Amino acid sequence: MTDANRSAQAERPATDWFGLLARFAPLIFLIVLMAGFAIGEPRFLSPFNLLNVMRQVSVYGLLAIGMTFVILTAGIDLSIGSMIAFCGLVAAAVAKGGIVNRFAVGSGAEALGYGWQLAALAAIGVGMTCGFLQGFAITRLKVPPFVVTLGGMSAFRGAALLFSEGGPISGFDQSYVWWGQGKIGDVPVPVIIFIAAAIVAHVALRFTRYGRQVYAVGGNPEAARLSGLNVRRVVLSVYVITGFFAGLGAFVLSARLNSSEAVAGTGYELTVIASVVIGGTSLFGGVGTIFGTVVGTVLIGVLLNGLVLLNVSPYIQQIIIGVIIVLAVAFDTFAKSRRRTA
Amino acid sequence: MTQPLLRMTGIAKRFPGVLALDNVDFEVAPGEIHALLGENGAGKSTLLKILAGAQSADAGEIIFAGQPVTPATPHDAQKLGIVTIYQEFTLAPNMTIAENVFLGREPGLGPFVNWRKMAAQTNAATRQLGLELKPTSVVRTLAVAEQQLVEIARALSMDSRLIVMDEPTSALSSAEVSKLFSILRNLRARGLSIVFVTHRIEEVIELCDTFTVLRDGKQVGGGAVRDTTIEQIIRRMVGREVSALLAHRESAAPGDVALKVEGLTRRGNTQDQNATVLDNVSFEVRRGEVLGLAGLIGAGRTELARAIFGADAFDHGRVTVDGEPVAIRTPQDAIRCGIGLVPEDRKQQALFLSLAVRANLSMAAHDLISRWHFFIDDRAERRLVEGFRESLNIRMASQEQIVENLSGGNQQKVVLARWLALRPKILIVDEPTRGIDIGAKVEVHNLLFELANAGIAIVAISSELSEILAISDRIVAMREGRVTGEVARKDASEELLMGMMALSTKAA
Repeated sequence: MTDANRSAQAERPATDWFGLLARFAPLIFLIVLMAGFAIGEPRFLSPFNLLNVMRQVSVYGLLAIGMTFVILTAGIDLSIGSMIAFCGLVAAAVAKGGIVNRFAVGSGAEALGYGWQLAALAAIGVGMTCGFLQGFAITRLKVPPFVVTLGGMSAFRGAALLFSEGGPISGFDQSYVWWGQGKIGDVPVPVIIFIAAAIVAHVALRFTRYGRQVYAVGGNPEAARLSGLNVRRVVLSVYVITGFFAGLGAFVLSARLNSSEAVAGTGYELTVIASVVIGGTSLFGGVGTIFGTVVGTVLIGVLLNGLVLLNVSPYIQQIIIGVIIVLAVAFDTFAKSRRRTA
Repeated sequence: MTQPLLRMTGIAKRFPGVLALDNVDFEVAPGEIHALLGENGAGKSTLLKILAGAQSADAGEIIFAGQPVTPATPHDAQKLGIVTIYQEFTLAPNMTIAENVFLGREPGLGPFVNWRKMAAQTNAATRQLGLELKPTSVVRTLAVAEQQLVEIARALSMDSRLIVMDEPTSALSSAEVSKLFSILRNLRARGLSIVFVTHRIEEVIELCDTFTVLRDGKQVGGGAVRDTTIEQIIRRMVGREVSALLAHRESAAPGDVALKVEGLTRRGNTQDQNATVLDNVSFEVRRGEVLGLAGLIGAGRTELARAIFGADAFDHGRVTVDGEPVAIRTPQDAIRCGIGLVPEDRKQQALFLSLAVRANLSMAAHDLISRWHFFIDDRAERRLVEGFRESLNIRMASQEQIVENLSGGNQQKVVLARWLALRPKILIVDEPTRGIDIGAKVEVHNLLFELANAGIAIVAISSELSEILAISDRIVAMREGRVTGEVARKDASEELLMGMMALSTKAA
């Protein structure tokens, strides 16, 4: 091949079918899966069931949005499940009127509470603080994210247990519970929160300077630094963002269950990371979208819902999720190596 | 004359776009120290890799100890008795000397290692080299020179007949160099052959018996060292016509001093905390001037550029921009002072390979294309990118094309455009044409000329002397972290520069 030929080809590449397929693979997989379940169990496609699926995944979805920011920078946050428990308890305690009254029950207790506004703010504030501490350890103490957030996973769970003294905090007023159980029209409130958060996150990543910086830091931190970006600040910020979404998710979850407890959110990190990775975000950083994460989240929700409808044992469900995570990452690695040799 | 130990004939190797080795002959006699010389990119490393089994030749024959051989892996070559010691050592830093010497060949029974035997044999090998260290010392704790001796001990314990050393002296002090030389002379006296790659020509005269010079992948000279002189060797190394394709620029009268560096000093690198990276470097560049930084690999040019740009910290020194002293601690500081850096390694240090051309090009210029300092103004960004696509002739399918899929020359133009968007006062370009084809190279040169004509001060680093001579108005030569000479382009020649770059300050 002559040089001229080669450069012409480099300038105008043929349609990259593989790339196109890789981009829409999660969506195609979701549609196929839904079609499969619909054939096996007609109830699956009813609006009631579909909205139910969305409601089930909305807390996972909020966490997955935050996790997308972290994974885009080639990081990971394993502590979100523990943050859910801790933030949820904080929200519950505030709603109950503070630490002293946190176990109060009955109609008299409602008069003590500080209302859902303060409860939500407290949950989000605590979440962001937890995220900040972890981001600080990652950027300043140079401890790898995996280790820092593994530590956070243990520490925040411990904090939750300490705070709750082992028992649940339950029974909130109606305005609080509405955020988890209420509906606007036929649509559950958590679903609306999830979709609104996804839109905001999408705009942030796609249309703002900050979004560019997240992709740049994940794609090539050294090049980002030499381009004058504040790499440490960006890395720190994504952990604060996951903290924010953990706080918000914790508030919604406690409202939905009308209760908070120290064992809430156990194992969430796995499902959430799976959603993000299945949605096409690369664990190597720099590649991924919020749209993909939403698709990945719904896909996991559909999978679990469909398997329940088909009476598949929950144990087998866990095996299936595990296998899918490994396959999704294998696909990502394969796509990456293919890009490099192409 | 005795039968040569190694005879490589007609060796050829082609990489995409370049003929790295073109019909090269290379011969080493038993019991001699043979110098392999050439500029950066002359083909030395490729030849050594073929000999070591790390790469295969496209054509040619290798005869070792009278037998035709084709080492397909480094392990094959080692079994034949050919051991290569690379510049970057291949030791496992957290293991002991003995474990390293016998790595993969541990003496013992089945899966069990006979530690006592291993220690004794290691001791025997290291004693020969005058290395008085316990076999159980951890390699990481050793000095660079000692680690090198461990590599040699490993080679000896494999019963090697030919030891290839790639720039063994580049990281050593002069005392360590003379110790190494006496060890190598001892090995020669015992009948071993050594291939010695170096950039320091005076070492060839001091140590070696014979030499071979490569230039642009061809063997262009060789013979007995005692029949030649330093001057003759240098002429062989650089003796090509400066490519007619590369145009000069009529130097305009340069303006005021844009960048002044005084006494820049930095100690310590990743291998050695006490190494001198930059030693009291001073120079200045004027507006509208192209200053070339000449030097061999490891001379400290890239380190200098990174220190000025705030990418690496330095110990002492003063940087002045437009007459104002500035404190640059991060690349952001440098950008605020109007300095841009096109780094040495495009893919590792400059590009975001998975992002679009558009995002890559505008990455440093978000201030110029944002609305309320928050959103990226899509239209402004497109306009910016489109402007550079036209002015720099960047060939891309669309602004959304992933930058990884552009050719090297177009990628480099994207990186240049990233800085030009900021209208810098000073632009530092490190190997601006590495790995791009000749057409794009000429375009990049012309672009640098235009920028200089527009009043930008340019510092250009290149390992190609012909490029330095083509683009610079003035040239500063460096060696081992020091400035070893400065010359105007009209007075410069490749011979003169090579002398400043490759000879120690005393000899120059």
